Amino acid sequence: MLATLLEALSLLTHLDAQVVGIVSLSLQVSVGAVIIGTVIGLPLGAWVAVSEFRGRAAVTVALNGMMGLPSVVVGILVYLTLSRSGPLGSLGLLFSPTAMVIAQSILVTPLLAALSRQIVEDAWRDYASELRSFGFSRWQCVTTLLYDCRFSLVVTVLAGLGRAMSEVGAVMIVGGNIAGFTRVMTTAIALETSKGDLALSIALGLVLIAAILALNVMAHGLRQWAMRKYG
Amino acid sequence: MAHRFQRLILGFALALGVASAQAEESIVLSSTTSTDQSGLFGFILPKFEAKTGIKVKVVALGTGQALDTGRRGDADVLLVHDRAAEDKFVAEGYGVERRDVMYNDFILVGAKADPAKVKATGDVVEAFRRIGAGTTPFVSRGDKSGTHAAELRFWKEAGITPRDWKDYKEAGSGMGPTLNMAASLGAYTLADRGTWLSFKNRQDLEIVLFGDNRLFNPYGVMLVNPAKHPHVKKEAGMKFVEWITSAEGQAAIAAFKINGEQLFFPSAAKR
Amino acid sequence: MFPLRLTDVRFQPNGRALLAGVNLELGGEGISVILGPNGAGKTVLLSVLAGLRERHGGELSWGGRPQPSERIAFVFQHPMLLRTSVAANTALGLKPLGLSALEVERRVARVLERVGLAHRAGDAARHLSGGERQRLALARAWAVQPRLLLLDEPTASLDPSATEAVEAIVREIRTEGAKILMTSHNLGQAMRLADDVIFMTGGRVREHTATAKFFSRPQSDEAKLFIQGELPWRIAFND
Repeated sequence: MLATLLEALSLLTHLDAQVVGIVSLSLQVSVGAVIIGTVIGLPLGAWVAVSEFRGRAAVTVALNGMMGLPSVVVGILVYLTLSRSGPLGSLGLLFSPTAMVIAQSILVTPLLAALSRQIVEDAWRDYASELRSFGFSRWQCVTTLLYDCRFSLVVTVLAGLGRAMSEVGAVMIVGGNIAGFTRVMTTAIALETSKGDLALSIALGLVLIAAILALNVMAHGLRQWAMRKYG
Repeated sequence: MAHRFQRLILGFALALGVASAQAEESIVLSSTTSTDQSGLFGFILPKFEAKTGIKVKVVALGTGQALDTGRRGDADVLLVHDRAAEDKFVAEGYGVERRDVMYNDFILVGAKADPAKVKATGDVVEAFRRIGAGTTPFVSRGDKSGTHAAELRFWKEAGITPRDWKDYKEAGSGMGPTLNMAASLGAYTLADRGTWLSFKNRQDLEIVLFGDNRLFNPYGVMLVNPAKHPHVKKEAGMKFVEWITSAEGQAAIAAFKINGEQLFFPSAAKR
Repeated sequence: MFPLRLTDVRFQPNGRALLAGVNLELGGEGISVILGPNGAGKTVLLSVLAGLRERHGGELSWGGRPQPSERIAFVFQHPMLLRTSVAANTALGLKPLGLSALEVERRVARVLERVGLAHRAGDAARHLSGGERQRLALARAWAVQPRLLLLDEPTASLDPSATEAVEAIVREIRTEGAKILMTSHNLGQAMRLADDVIFMTGGRVREHTATAKFFSRPQSDEAKLFIQGELPWRIAFND
């Protein structure tokens, strides 16, 4: 066990090319998905928060429910859609990093939208009268509140990034875990463990945990700093 | 603020697009987890790529899913080891140019103590009969793989319905996790020699039966039928089929060794 | 949009008559102060005038038209400040106006100067004291250059020196030509600031007269009791 651990650490300290490649792809895919999720999800959630329309409660419940979408379910749905025999097969996207970004975006966007809705709705209760008295349009309310809640929202985005980086079900199915092409940290860990080859698994596991920890530390630090600076 | 976002997204899309649509040519090879995990592809594919400049992307699944991937048109070439399923695949029109490539063998592994006294049999069907009559567990891959198909054939020939036997454990996973489970339980299991040779977590397991020629496991390669899926990379795919059955490809297969032992034995018809 | 005429205006959510038929006429000059005990409907009236609440009955006429034709600004009793600088908060009301960045900067600098917060322009708005926050809220409303400025109890939670500062600003805004309508329960403030007093109880306007006349010769019994400081716990509706 100790020998395996030492081997794992050696892979990390020597920046083994395979490890670097896998980590780099993981970041590209997950960060890409979170960017899409942020651009779509945050304004969407904020819009729902400041709007009144019939079915608003249903939308809220749907968004909250979709936060818990199992990644394998999203994986199989995207797989069937992108497969050559599926509706979007002509795009030829299956077993590519793009497919992985698509799948993770579908996982992350509802999460970001649901959380942004909650955060903005809490702020809206305080600001609604004032903003309406100035004649703000609905969209102006959305952008103003998104900016005012920016610190809480950045924490939300970091949470989304953590979720994307940790998931394995969707990227395994739509990416195919192809060596050097669609292999990310989580799928590599699954594969290497199943082969009984634990050094690489542990090395990647350490990187993944370190990344998640770093995200949480950043989120916490950001909140503290923002509270002090802006009150 | 909107502009900065747009540029960021564009940059990412480009980067991913570049990563996806590589300048060099590539084909998707759908094969089985046991073949991939043996390390064979890591050894022979670079030789193919160096010769032809074609990159081979290996998607490793169970035989059932590998064939299904071909059926759906999501792969260009298939390399699997289930002759019956392969023939059916070709008969249904999904595959063409099926050729023999190589064979390796299955082995029966179990705890050193060998409670079912398999070592003495020298006969795989008799071994299964003894295992099914005893109480030492047997772990099955249970995943429609070539290994799983072979295992089910042996149970049938031994006259046993495994699911009726209370010590039958279906793992529903690849060779590695199945071996892991067998090692933890001290159980018997049918494995391919390749995965076994590179499997590091043996604990108390050892080979208890090999060499019965019913344990030989032949591999076939084929091109996904371009008539069914016009986008299939016909030329590049055929180059791979030709190469792996050529003298050069066959020599590469024979040269692949784990701990000095050859794993796969070339079997392509000489053309 | 003046004279502003309210005829039998009602606001009755869930059957509770917060405005039970308000009749009022306001000219476009000066400072009008709405006086009255808690629950009289002072804040609700401002909300209805600002368009934040829909009235349930009666007529509103803005110089003959159903809608106001010029800008109205509303300063709430506890103004909400964004998590950003004083200057950015001051510019908040200008966002819907679509002004150029240069014009926004100009107006913000000017009003911050006038309310005495120019030196805090870059500071975090939430770090301001109560009096400073109120001045910021006034600056925010002032930057909009409203024709009608509505103030809801602007100095209710402030100490005397902060109150004085705020009252000075209110007077200045009036000098620039805005009509000011503010609520207060502070008689001294009304005496200092108001050109005319609107006295409300129970969702109705009881009196509307020039300040001096209201305090020297109040017409209604409730007004008399209120001025003596006795009305809040002896509310008697005789009609």
